[in-house]
Amino acid sequence: MINLNIDGKYVKVPEGSTILEAARQLGIDIPTLCHLKLDDNVGMVNKSASCRVCVVEVKGRRNLAPACATPVAEGMEVRTNTIRVMNARKTVLELLLSDHPKECLTCAKSGNCELQDLAERFCIREVRYQGVQSTYKKDHSPALERDMDKCVMCRRCETMCNEVQTVGVLSGVNRGFNAVVAPAFEKPLVDTVCTFCGQCAAVCPTGALVERDYSWRVIEALADPEKVVLVQTAPAVRAALGEEFGLEPGTLVTGKMVSALRQMGFDYVFDTDFAADLTIMEEASEFLDRLNRYLKGDKEVRMPILTSCCPAWVKFFEHQFPELLDVPSTAKSPQQMFGAVAKNFFAKKLGIPREKMVVVSVMPCLAKKYEASRPEFAVDGNPDVDISISTRELAHLIKRCNIDFLSLPDEDFDRPLGESTGAGVIFGTTGGVIEAAVRTAVEWATGKPLEKVDFTELRGMQGCREAWVNVGDLKLHIGIAHGLGNARRLLEAVRDGKGEMFHAIEIMACPGGCVGGGGQPYHHGNFEIVKKRAEAIYREDQGKPIRKSHENPEIVKLYEEFLGKPLGETAHHLLHTHYFKRSDV
Amino acid sequence: MAVKMHILVCGGTGCISSQSDRLAEALKEALAKRGLAEEVKVVLSGCFGFCEQGPIVKVAPDNTFYVKVTPEDADEIVAEHILKGRKVTRLLYKDPKTAHEVSDSKHMDFYKKQMRIALRNCGFIDPENVNEYIARDGYEALGKVLTSMKPQDVIAEVKKSGLRGRGGGGFPTGLKWEIASRFSADQKYVICNADEGDPGAFMDRSILEGDPHSVIEAMAICGYAIGATKGMVYIRAEYPLAVKRLQKAIEDAREVGLLGKDILGSGFDFDVELRYGAGAFVCGEETALIQSLEGNRGEPVSKPPFPAERGFYGKPSNVNNVETFACVPPIILKGADWFASIGTEKSKGTKVFALAGKVNNVGLVEVPMGITLREVIYDIGGGIRDGRKFKAVQTGGPSGGCLTEKHLDTPIDFDNLLEAGSMMGSGGMIVMDEDNCMVSVAKFYLEFTVEESCGKCTPCRVGNRRMLEMLDKICQGKATRDDLNRLRELALIIKDTSLCGLGQTAPNPVLSTLDNFFDEYLAHVEEKRCPAGKCKDLVRYVIDPEKCKGCTLCAKVCPADAISGKVREPHVIDQDKCVKCGACYTACKFGAISRS
Repeated sequence: MINLNIDGKYVKVPEGSTILEAARQLGIDIPTLCHLKLDDNVGMVNKSASCRVCVVEVKGRRNLAPACATPVAEGMEVRTNTIRVMNARKTVLELLLSDHPKECLTCAKSGNCELQDLAERFCIREVRYQGVQSTYKKDHSPALERDMDKCVMCRRCETMCNEVQTVGVLSGVNRGFNAVVAPAFEKPLVDTVCTFCGQCAAVCPTGALVERDYSWRVIEALADPEKVVLVQTAPAVRAALGEEFGLEPGTLVTGKMVSALRQMGFDYVFDTDFAADLTIMEEASEFLDRLNRYLKGDKEVRMPILTSCCPAWVKFFEHQFPELLDVPSTAKSPQQMFGAVAKNFFAKKLGIPREKMVVVSVMPCLAKKYEASRPEFAVDGNPDVDISISTRELAHLIKRCNIDFLSLPDEDFDRPLGESTGAGVIFGTTGGVIEAAVRTAVEWATGKPLEKVDFTELRGMQGCREAWVNVGDLKLHIGIAHGLGNARRLLEAVRDGKGEMFHAIEIMACPGGCVGGGGQPYHHGNFEIVKKRAEAIYREDQGKPIRKSHENPEIVKLYEEFLGKPLGETAHHLLHTHYFKRSDV
Repeated sequence: MAVKMHILVCGGTGCISSQSDRLAEALKEALAKRGLAEEVKVVLSGCFGFCEQGPIVKVAPDNTFYVKVTPEDADEIVAEHILKGRKVTRLLYKDPKTAHEVSDSKHMDFYKKQMRIALRNCGFIDPENVNEYIARDGYEALGKVLTSMKPQDVIAEVKKSGLRGRGGGGFPTGLKWEIASRFSADQKYVICNADEGDPGAFMDRSILEGDPHSVIEAMAICGYAIGATKGMVYIRAEYPLAVKRLQKAIEDAREVGLLGKDILGSGFDFDVELRYGAGAFVCGEETALIQSLEGNRGEPVSKPPFPAERGFYGKPSNVNNVETFACVPPIILKGADWFASIGTEKSKGTKVFALAGKVNNVGLVEVPMGITLREVIYDIGGGIRDGRKFKAVQTGGPSGGCLTEKHLDTPIDFDNLLEAGSMMGSGGMIVMDEDNCMVSVAKFYLEFTVEESCGKCTPCRVGNRRMLEMLDKICQGKATRDDLNRLRELALIIKDTSLCGLGQTAPNPVLSTLDNFFDEYLAHVEEKRCPAGKCKDLVRYVIDPEKCKGCTLCAKVCPADAISGKVREPHVIDQDKCVKCGACYTACKFGAISRS
């Protein structure tokens, strides 16, 4: 342990701690901007120490030290609020602001911007240093918007993209005043291997990286009397939306959300959880089919099966593991299954052409915007999912529609596409998809009802984990990864045939799974928030009367009425997809 | 037939760009033509340092020093000097004071006060021949440490010598080695920083081109001392000749068993490989250098941890610059006491400076620490060009500061220069006369650092840019007294908050000129006047009709057609058209044009 003194107070911290960590232990809140340390399970520490906002005075040191990157030393004396420090901090902020568009009023990040907060906290009332501002070409993709004029070179996005996600699209380019974070050759994101996971936007302190906002399209659709507008809400949304209205992280707001959507004027308020149950029907069937063939000695069959619900993960393996394209399940994601069922089944049921129906999805995710735009998910140019908005955009819409969210009564989803089980709900967190699949697969394989529905061995926040599940005499080896870097490690092991063979692997691109998605309310580095959302998801599951997808009565009915059998012809046509080899740069 | 004479032709980059390589070929041809090829050997040597007078040819053993030699002179040198023993007088150096020819370099003022340790072999040996290095005690120091010294003895010796880092920081080398030796790891590295980037500085290039083995030998000694078996030289790709010679030297050293496994049967393994830098100035900063070595974007990272603990690929690494390494073998051979007897109390040995600017003798000089600026500028440098008045000397490259008349008698060492508001840096020394505008000088250096900033940290990326914009404003006569205060305040904060040495020192030229030439800043700001007449926006050229003879020369040289007038009648400058190039001012033979 190391003893040091900060602002006259003594503190003892483990060796290797930073001044910032030691100060926080004392309740001294040194301001930071570039620094970001997520949960140990995510393993993200942004060590750039580039913003210089956290500088402090260290006795005996010639210049000021960045608290975020300076390790403590025995007997160190630190001052965090001398006039020298405050003057430096103020000047550094003024310099940042001198090269930053003053567009706070119209910026997507206004109110959520860490630079804005600092300017306010340090009473920056004028910017004494003025000069040219850097300008860059704006980059619009279906999922993300990059406005590098607002970049403060904190490098969080770069650390996320390279070290956590191992996608490697974003890095520092150019030098000096023109230095900026960008894809190689400053290409637009659509021309890169970007998976649109949106984690860069999730950690960006300013408005440089934000979602492509489609909320106005929703307003237009709702205002169009010719259209029947459906909405589906992903499981992770209900566990996070409340944060935008001041509720504690982990507060479930399912009923209020339904109520709000109905009040906004959606003709049908449905649930992506329904489609998640449908996904399990198909994926579990596919899994059992492959497993049986494998056990019978079929050499052609590829093991393990990989989940395919996550569009960022899908694009990741299309770029990075083209040789494994036949390994993931061919089942579409719940968002796309919902769209396919809505436009091919429900539209018919309503007696309207698919063009008259607008399917809106509310997702914790930015990659879902990209997924909805993939050409294979459209019929004659009419997409199965017309508009995908994020949790954040929904919160804005609710506020824009003058809805007092907190005073709303709880309401239920509409039928039939709003009926769901606990298994559908847990899709929203890491480990949830595979647990839902296991509940169904085990019961189908053994022909006996499960003794316990909760497979807690599959839960947790560890980035890369494995578990064994007994199915009769067979021990299923299950792998789970969240975060694309963890996915890469697991996939490389699979590709190279290292370690014990997995039967099934669940992968989610975002740390924590969908609860930590790129479209969720900003956590500002506090990963505990993400964990609380995951806990809420499991609570929702606990409270559901039905907790196994194949027992969802509306799902059963849908197969009877329309789809036939899982993996059958109609199901195959509507609920399964295929993957494309994409360039690796 | 034995070799009776040597003709040494400077093969440094500077002289080669003046065709010294062709000159060497011409000499060989001239010798061959006369059947002397066996007896007289032409050697393309390292830099002699007296670049002002290049290309340089030295004939040994009589030590005749020819200057400004062209390939066309080759035949005459061979026919007269080699064959008939008559010196070619017209190619000898003329002492500007006495106007007499000086044939031996040791009698030249340029060399008299120099003392060559780091440059000891430059201009003496064929850098591409390992045997010539060995003949001048090369690799003897390595032999000595491997056979008779323990690693800690080597460190103690270097510590005792007082050698400090020649790359700019001036950190005690022996201490650096000692720290690196304390960390144990499966692999450690010795890294040679050959990313010389200060504008105008070329001492490292000259050493690598003229004496590459000295660096390799020192790296091996360092490897032995700290327990490293791998050496990396991070060298600028813009130094193709240095790269070529170093590469050859490494191969030759391997060939003769001075690199590789079990060197000299001692059981010590050491090898060196080259990595090329792409020319980013910031990569001379050791953490940025290591990032670049690893293949990352060349950007510094926060220290601590220092490279001695976590360096190349996270392993303990010792980074020293070329000139520092070049001093090591003589320290081992002649002893720490000998080295420590040279220099001042806290700065031992010699330092190489790249003397440039408005002095008569431009070149590379190695002088003992403690010599005064006056001696370097006036004795070695031969004083200010065209008899003009000395105004300032800029030391330490873009990170250094400008010193004035009052500092001329300060003994040069690390601490004195720092105290005077400048720094040793890597040894750039640029002399300025009264025609230099000091605001423009500060702007020039800042332009360099703004360009070369990696852009990582806020103060350097944005702050230096803002300072540059303020200097622009001053030079345009648009600044106020408040701007000067803001400029100083910002400069101090950039120094205090920047991440690496580049940012921390970038404001030095601004601060030192503010300190030493504040009246010049005030003239720009309050009188909207540039005393040196360099700031175009503040200069007006006017023709005095009394003095103008109407010769029309000014109108002819004006590139902007701004001057009109009839022959033999006074001319007039149209101020709206004038681009302030000063061509008319220089051209006028009657002093009729004034600059204000």
